[in-house]
Amino acid sequence: MDISSVLSILDATIRLSTPLLLACLAGLYSERAGLFDIGLEGKMLAAAFAAGAVAAITGSAWLGLLAGLAVSLSTALLQGVAAITLKGNQLIAGVAINMLAAGMTTFLGQTWFSQGGRTPPLPEGGRFEPITLPFANELASVPVLGPIYADLISGHYILVYIAFIMVGVTAYVLYRTRFGLRMRAVGENPKAVDTAGISVVKLRYQAVIITGLLAGLAGAYFSIAQGSGFGNNMTAGKGYIALAALIFAKWKPVPAMFTCLLFGFLDALQIRLQGAQLGGIEIPVQAIQALPYLLTVILLAGFIGKAVGPKAGGVPYTKER
Amino acid sequence: MSARRPIPRWADIALLPAINLLLAFLVSGLVVLLVGENPFHAIQVIIYGAFGYGEGLGYTLYYATNFIFTGLAVAVAAQAGLFNIGGDGQAYVAGLGAVVVALALDQTHWLIAMPLAVIAAGAVGGFWAFVPGWLQAKRGSHVVITTIMFNFIAAALMVYMVNRVLKPASTMAPESETIEVAGRVPQLRQFFSFFGYSPVNLSIVIAVLALIGVYILVWHTKFGYAMRVLGANPTASRYAGISNSKMIMITMTISGALAGMVAINEVMGVQNRLVLDFVAGAGFVGIAVALMGRNHPIGILLAALLFGALYQGGQELQFVIPGITREMIVVIQALVILFTGAMEGLFRPSLERAFMLFSPEQKADAIAVSTAKSES
Repeated sequence: MDISSVLSILDATIRLSTPLLLACLAGLYSERAGLFDIGLEGKMLAAAFAAGAVAAITGSAWLGLLAGLAVSLSTALLQGVAAITLKGNQLIAGVAINMLAAGMTTFLGQTWFSQGGRTPPLPEGGRFEPITLPFANELASVPVLGPIYADLISGHYILVYIAFIMVGVTAYVLYRTRFGLRMRAVGENPKAVDTAGISVVKLRYQAVIITGLLAGLAGAYFSIAQGSGFGNNMTAGKGYIALAALIFAKWKPVPAMFTCLLFGFLDALQIRLQGAQLGGIEIPVQAIQALPYLLTVILLAGFIGKAVGPKAGGVPYTKER
Repeated sequence: MSARRPIPRWADIALLPAINLLLAFLVSGLVVLLVGENPFHAIQVIIYGAFGYGEGLGYTLYYATNFIFTGLAVAVAAQAGLFNIGGDGQAYVAGLGAVVVALALDQTHWLIAMPLAVIAAGAVGGFWAFVPGWLQAKRGSHVVITTIMFNFIAAALMVYMVNRVLKPASTMAPESETIEVAGRVPQLRQFFSFFGYSPVNLSIVIAVLALIGVYILVWHTKFGYAMRVLGANPTASRYAGISNSKMIMITMTISGALAGMVAINEVMGVQNRLVLDFVAGAGFVGIAVALMGRNHPIGILLAALLFGALYQGGQELQFVIPGITREMIVVIQALVILFTGAMEGLFRPSLERAFMLFSPEQKADAIAVSTAKSES
């Protein structure tokens, strides 16, 4: 394997990790605030559809992104109302959101565009263009570092850069701000937070709003950056892989980035390895596909380290009876 | 001061689900209205399509068979306080058990092949749920997350098994060899021509037996009692001398085995071979069915029939009204889960208050409470 094919796998890794990373960070906020979120997939799917549909009609990627954010946010708030205000079962709320998004996007897609659930291909300007970072072309001829900068770091969609910037932002918010401290506290011991005179409900809604926005970015990435237009069930279980990554990263932002890169790498490898041989034995592609889930199960079982989630996760907060 | 009293039992098991279902239909109706179609016409089409003629009814019963199995799977786990979200994966891998036995015995008679396939499918499906159960009981990993992961592992495993192991070299399509007629579960149309070309088959008998079996198991055995104690209060069950971890593992296995029966219906009764994705989301419908049916066999039977009717009627719907695709049914199903499962809190408090004011024996209490409130 020469340097260019290594670079192309790594390049694909970054492209495939981005939606995982955005969704994973999205989940991080909710879960750190004590809300289980298995509805990431649904929020992403709804956002992908809204972004694809609006970008196709208006021809503006930015308006598409805005629509994706709005839809994902309202979906997150619906889930929030069920889980926080009505104190419903958070897991069931997530299942309902996923199903609602799967049904609604296909149904509305078919009714509005009559293309079997797809949105029309995006017109000029409806899709985000790759960004060439300064001096990328000039430096490309520098040995080793040149191609790495020009091919690997430069030339991605804006959402890719936002995703990686959000890792730092999330780490800062979580560990260095008052809001972050309170959010972590609310996920561990809401009663203590409440006793200190801080509203548990308000904090949890704030977390849900951030979750909605980040999941919206992740969804929009599918339909108006990576792809050109929305296709049926476009997110294809990526929301669940993001959830697995979140657990694997033990609910921490920087490990989340590395886990998403690892899972993205496995995905890129799996595409690359179709029919490839290793030591005379053909590796089944399915084995690599199942690997992220297997690794998460093994980690959860405590065979490699221990993943313990926020203590108050999944429990609705009741002030007093 | 505890002002709230639980609502009467009949309201809890009948009125509340009915209100939530109505709400789900109302919202779905609004969606239909939004795309410019008439929701009442749509309901008419669904009801006729599902019950109006023999073949439609047959399809309704065929879908309901699957949903009874997956609904029971979710309900049994729920009785013990476990949320088995992996019915889809359990039913999917159970297809392996069913198809291997059916292909091995399809030269004999279905009376031999079917019971053995039931055992095999139950064992494989049960195993796929036992592992998450074991991990929960012994290693403390959350059964919800593990069963989700197992759904995806099952999907990858089955693609491999069908393409690389079960597919005969002569065929291109990703499917196993076809089961000979003698190894198939007989379809009801062989006995009653009334059912037209619908695929409803004798698996429905297993479904009815499973309903009765679960009822007896949960409410009339020592094991079922232990299960319910665990579900109600794990600490109490431990002090009562019940081994919680053993209960979790056995309950999950039963739950997975029930989900596995979907494979009998699909692989041996309908498709006559193992195809990819034959479960088609039935495991997730089971969540809606169990929630609507309040985890009780009678409720599950009714809810499974309702969803069976929706699936069959929805199929009909897209032929009659091209503006409405069958995904509308998935939307209704999602709304049912949302309202009955996650948004229960929407109506329960007001119902509690309403019943306190209107039931005679509690009226006095309620008045006392409200006077106490206004005085304070």
